[in-house]
Amino acid sequence: MGNISKTERSKKYLNPYLGGVLLGLVLLAANFIAGRGLGASGAIKSVVATSIEAVNKNAVNTMPFMAEYAQSHSGSPMRSWLVFEMLGVLVGGFISGAIAGRLKLKVEHSPKITSRRRLVFALIGGTLFGFGSQLGRGCTSGAALSGMGVLSLGGFITMMGIFGTAYALAYFFRKNWI
Amino acid sequence: MGPLAPNGIISENTNFLLAFFIGIAFGWVLESSGFSSSRKLAGIFYGYDTVVLKVFFTGAITCMIGLLFMSLFGWIDLDLVYVNPTYLTSAIVGGVVMGAGFIMGGFCPGTSFTGAAIGKIDGMVFILGLFIGIYAFAFTYPLWEKMYMAKYLGEPKISQSLGMKDGLFGLLLILVALGMFAVAEWAERKFPREEY
Repeated sequence: MGNISKTERSKKYLNPYLGGVLLGLVLLAANFIAGRGLGASGAIKSVVATSIEAVNKNAVNTMPFMAEYAQSHSGSPMRSWLVFEMLGVLVGGFISGAIAGRLKLKVEHSPKITSRRRLVFALIGGTLFGFGSQLGRGCTSGAALSGMGVLSLGGFITMMGIFGTAYALAYFFRKNWI
Repeated sequence: MGPLAPNGIISENTNFLLAFFIGIAFGWVLESSGFSSSRKLAGIFYGYDTVVLKVFFTGAITCMIGLLFMSLFGWIDLDLVYVNPTYLTSAIVGGVVMGAGFIMGGFCPGTSFTGAAIGKIDGMVFILGLFIGIYAFAFTYPLWEKMYMAKYLGEPKISQSLGMKDGLFGLLLILVALGMFAVAEWAERKFPREEY
């Protein structure tokens, strides 16, 4: 029975090469329409900037981060291409999961670790990723994937930084995954 | 003709509306490829699931080839397409910090949203972490500003930096990717796993 459910479930995911071509076409469409690639962390940055501005109207003058942000983004931070795009990502992910029957509230983790351990590491990992995405001017989507799509040198370097470090550290965190 | 928004062919509001639809397609592809599962994503680092490598590289290459041909046919002005600037130091340090976050958290920002969208609580907690990390950066920015701005190289293309034409670099990248895909298929047979 285990075997049957295994093949049934694996069939539900797209063939990875087909998924890659479709992802590339979405990225191509973004470049053709908006003249820019996809992104994710930038949308959160906009929300963060909006919240800081809401609390402190004078933040642009007192916080160097906000001044830097205002310099590179004109208008209200929430009128941002990436904010609209990421709202779409939530909808698109939900539709795909609903069609495939994957909607379920759960903590996904290896049977060898507890839910609590998984969540603690998810929080630490998210914090590091959020911080790193600011230093690197974008995350796996905005810097690495979109950067590589337009042959940006920085995109390739950040991609190698992300994957190289994750491989280098994989041994130390193997208990969480295998 | 393209890119449409920078050329003023579509309005800003239309561009935002299309961003929403592009996001839907992006989220759909990520979730359908299994990127909503942290255990599937982390597989690339242990060899038991290489979906990340295959989807990621096929995606980047598809876009690259598409842009090169569209430019060749005169359908898009690549000078108007945003090329990420290269700040060497922060590109490396940022990448290293993100890599550590990836192996611990099992997601990257985009994938954590698709995980959260289908009810993964670990994805939601990861997103909470993203907010904490970005707030932390915002409030400590003066500490990092020097590193953040260091070694600015402009907006070079990797092909320029290596002194070759875009097309030649593209061909080499495709060959490298095919080699990696062959290794990936071998690794998945060698380290079997169950589907998550």
